[in-house]
Amino acid sequence: MTLARHTGAALLVAVVIFVLTIRLGPFRDYQIAEVAAYVTAVAGLTYLIGLSGQISIGHGAFMAIGAYASALLLLHLHWPLEAVFATSALAGAAAGGIIGVAAARLRGPYLAGATLLLAVALPSLADKYAGVFGGDQGLSVSVTTPAWLGVSFPPTRWLAWLTCAAALVTLVLLANLGRSRIGRSWRALRDNEVAASLAGLNVARMQILAFVVSSACAGLGGALLAVVTDIVSPGNFTLTLSISLLTAAILGGLGSLAGALWGGLVLVFVPTYVQDVATSHGLSSAASSNVPIAAYGVVLILVMLLFPSGIQGGLRRLLGPVAPAASAPFNALRRHAPASEHQEEGTT
Amino acid sequence: MQEFLEFALGGLAVGMIYAAIGLSLVLIWRGTRILNYSQGGMAMFTTYVALIVINHTGNYWEGFGAALAAGLLLGAVLERVVIRPIENKPPLNAVIVTIGLLIFLEGLAGIIYGGQFRSFPPAFSIVGLSVGHTALGISRTDLFTAAAVLTAALLLAALFRFTAVGLRLRATAFAPNVARLLGVRIGRVLTLGWALAGLIGALAGVLVTPSTFLYPNSMDSIFVLGFTAAVIGGLESPVGAIVGGLVLGVVLNLAGGYLGSDLVPMFGLAALMLVLMVRPSGLFSTTAVRQV
Amino acid sequence: MKRTHRANLALVAGTAVTAMVIAACGSSGTSTPSSSPSAGASSSSSAALTASAPGITATTITIGSHQPLTGVAAPGYDEIAPASNAYFQYVNAHGGIYGRKIVYKFLNDQYNPTDTSTVVHQLVLQDNVYAIFNGLGTPTHLAVAPFLNAQKVPDVFVASGCECWNAPAKWPDTYGWQLDYIREGKILGQYVAQHFKGKKIGYFSQDDEFGMDGVKGLDDEIPKSQVVARQTYNPTNVNVGPQVAALKAAGAQVVISFSVPAFTALLQLTSLKLKFSPQLVVSDVGSDPTTLGGLLAAFGKSKKLSALTSGIITDGYLPSLGSTNNSWITLFKKIHAQYIPKLPFDGNVAYGLAAGYTFVQAMFKAGRNPTRQDLLNAINGGLPQGPSVAPYAYSATDHNGITGAYIAIIKNGALVQKGPVLVTDTSSSGAITPYTTAQPPAPASGIPAP
Repeated sequence: MTLARHTGAALLVAVVIFVLTIRLGPFRDYQIAEVAAYVTAVAGLTYLIGLSGQISIGHGAFMAIGAYASALLLLHLHWPLEAVFATSALAGAAAGGIIGVAAARLRGPYLAGATLLLAVALPSLADKYAGVFGGDQGLSVSVTTPAWLGVSFPPTRWLAWLTCAAALVTLVLLANLGRSRIGRSWRALRDNEVAASLAGLNVARMQILAFVVSSACAGLGGALLAVVTDIVSPGNFTLTLSISLLTAAILGGLGSLAGALWGGLVLVFVPTYVQDVATSHGLSSAASSNVPIAAYGVVLILVMLLFPSGIQGGLRRLLGPVAPAASAPFNALRRHAPASEHQEEGTT
Repeated sequence: MQEFLEFALGGLAVGMIYAAIGLSLVLIWRGTRILNYSQGGMAMFTTYVALIVINHTGNYWEGFGAALAAGLLLGAVLERVVIRPIENKPPLNAVIVTIGLLIFLEGLAGIIYGGQFRSFPPAFSIVGLSVGHTALGISRTDLFTAAAVLTAALLLAALFRFTAVGLRLRATAFAPNVARLLGVRIGRVLTLGWALAGLIGALAGVLVTPSTFLYPNSMDSIFVLGFTAAVIGGLESPVGAIVGGLVLGVVLNLAGGYLGSDLVPMFGLAALMLVLMVRPSGLFSTTAVRQV
Repeated sequence: MKRTHRANLALVAGTAVTAMVIAACGSSGTSTPSSSPSAGASSSSSAALTASAPGITATTITIGSHQPLTGVAAPGYDEIAPASNAYFQYVNAHGGIYGRKIVYKFLNDQYNPTDTSTVVHQLVLQDNVYAIFNGLGTPTHLAVAPFLNAQKVPDVFVASGCECWNAPAKWPDTYGWQLDYIREGKILGQYVAQHFKGKKIGYFSQDDEFGMDGVKGLDDEIPKSQVVARQTYNPTNVNVGPQVAALKAAGAQVVISFSVPAFTALLQLTSLKLKFSPQLVVSDVGSDPTTLGGLLAAFGKSKKLSALTSGIITDGYLPSLGSTNNSWITLFKKIHAQYIPKLPFDGNVAYGLAAGYTFVQAMFKAGRNPTRQDLLNAINGGLPQGPSVAPYAYSATDHNGITGAYIAIIKNGALVQKGPVLVTDTSSSGAITPYTTAQPPAPASGIPAP
């Protein structure tokens, strides 16, 4: 039943997107494709943080793995796109499994630190093994519009369809997962690890599973981004990307797939909007290129001050009854914080 | 042998900077349970202040002092204005707010000072010192850096252990409700914590910027390594931050020297994971974990 | 729970639609770009100005670019586009191109290829620019070169020394401009091989194609047995202590550096710390005396530091900025003082002005009502030498730009030319020959003749 409901909703959204891509111009189609790629990655991340209570500032690394996998497959083996996307997701999942196992004992800021350094270190492998990964110049990815669409079909519209289809499939699967026994187990161990363990949950296995699922989504998102931007290079996967994904997940609303959509929209549209506003005011060059940066920072701060539960939480508050579980998922960073009175001071 | 000496001593010198950033992160974490992602940005901003003063007065030490004062002020102001409203909110919100703060500070520096590289003077000469005929690979400035960071750490430790203010800081960190009941002004103490962290960060900024040149993003990669140092040492422990920084500096220098510079980030990751797999809360943590 | 969930989905769909409709209302122009073969270039000098191609109206020519205006790659490079724009404004103020004004939209990509792809798609699909000019960076531009060629948008004078822009069969719309790194490596390498026979050579290069291509050129000229150390650095890691220590341990007496100015300065400072003083040979981009001097300015305590930039061997493909009697430098200084006085007069500004001049040369040659193909034909037919000391290679089969440079030594903060201009090609066996034709002077008006 749940699957039918989710698939129905996805089909509805698909129709909406179909209409939009035809009505809007080719650049908007390109932006829709970008949003779809980010939403895929952010959706996995928001489940990781929001449902299972683990933080990751390194999901850009998993996107890189999926992106490089897709680039190599397309370049050397010429696989069809569906196979490439599926394999990229699997590659991300495998990496997530390894990291999940290594990080199973880490909590809060220590997990954050480990994933942060992963995001910084992984792209350097592309420079080290430049023969395989193309080094700093990267690998070219090219996706051609299928012939049955006609010669004059706008390429960016095809990109939008492709990426949105992949994103919707991911979202349906994640929605089902979130409502399943696994999703409930994640919420349980997020809220109280000890109680969950007492109740019989295998905490480590559930945590690793959360990592695997989220990094599979990130791997697919990376493949989608590769297809959209036509290139995979270390410069695409800086620490800034991982931070942007985290920002999108939290701004949008943790644990919520709608929140992932808001986050993706913010990532793609807010920086260009702010840049347009700045250039239209005719500021000097140094000022006009930095004003959008400063403004974006202010936007982040203001949104967090005004909507502590993210955009989705704010919308829920404005428009409907507050779902009781909405406020729980935020303790990912305080996982190991002292329940003050009960904890010893443990330092020199 | 000569090479090894140069790598190791150079690593200690650069590790001192990571230690300083790590120290300020530990201060804020212990006090407010927030990871201050903008620590590097704050340090960059106060270094610009120092540069303005140095260019105006021609005196390095006046600029040095100005940076430290600016660090105190910036930390206090940020805590009061930006962090206070979110202190009781979900902690991940604080991550986003500090990230937003970092982006804002970098943009603001770009607007006010422009994006060009600025040259920042070192405290003393940077010409290498030698013992007899062996070049040590460090300079007077490096020795001053080490001394400054260690002095700051010792002063902080003394503050924490031997003064009433320090006691209040520790009380607020570990039992805020009890401290409040006993009359401690929690708000003021938290502001002080951030101010001190701003001071240490500013110190790190003026010490490292001669080697990175000053521009809005100059502290980005230093921050990542300082954060790593704090995590290696354990976020609860100031000594851990120092040790973590030194260990990281030496390991990365040796790796870069003997195995090639392109593997340095992976080595940092490997070192971090090695430490965390053995001690998941850092080297110097002894917090009890309830096992069931 | 069910109701909230369904309401959620409806909310999502509805808001998404609303958001995108709002965005659509704000979007300007939904036309697909056309490679329209409109009525060919009119050659009559009194013909009316028409909108002969996307981005061209009766009064304006709109071009776009992607540049690192903020971020770690910005310092220095963020001066290039404003400098080109200054030259365009100068031309606009003196009659424009056949009366049309140039509108230069350079957007910030923060040196991130993902952002490059976004801004270039915006420029082409939404802003309908006539051409992309001077897109900066190799990994960044590689992200968009296939797209631009598929859309048949002229992609002229890429700001990168990679020789990959010379691919007329694969990328007919793409042209390089600056002296590429392989040629530069060969020219520097030949000088080192001739003047430092028997000495131990060490390489210090950036770990991307800038450094790798430079080293490739060096290896074409310098015997392998002389090279005792090959060190690379990554621009994200400012600690070059290990690399310099390794160069010192290998006993390098000459260090050839394919580095950006920040890392040339770091190389010098770290060498001071390690008491290592080899002869430095630095590639053009990393040796700009104004930038280098600015980076080293605060280290004036040590007496040895005053000698830091003097004596560096480098190459140059534009006239030395310290020349007092070169008509191009005079022209550049005039435009700099009038339009961009706040920027330092350094190598980046000269680069931007010179590239802008080349674009105006090409546009004049393209005709009064040019199509996009007319611009390509104009460049393929060859451009007369401009501010560079060596001629361009442009032809239907060669999309490389400047072909040579002179060797120079830095003295008192300026390049002093040593010997003739040398031209070569990018092959490993291609000869390096002196180019003795004098550089043509700048036009009196500062604007190339139509």
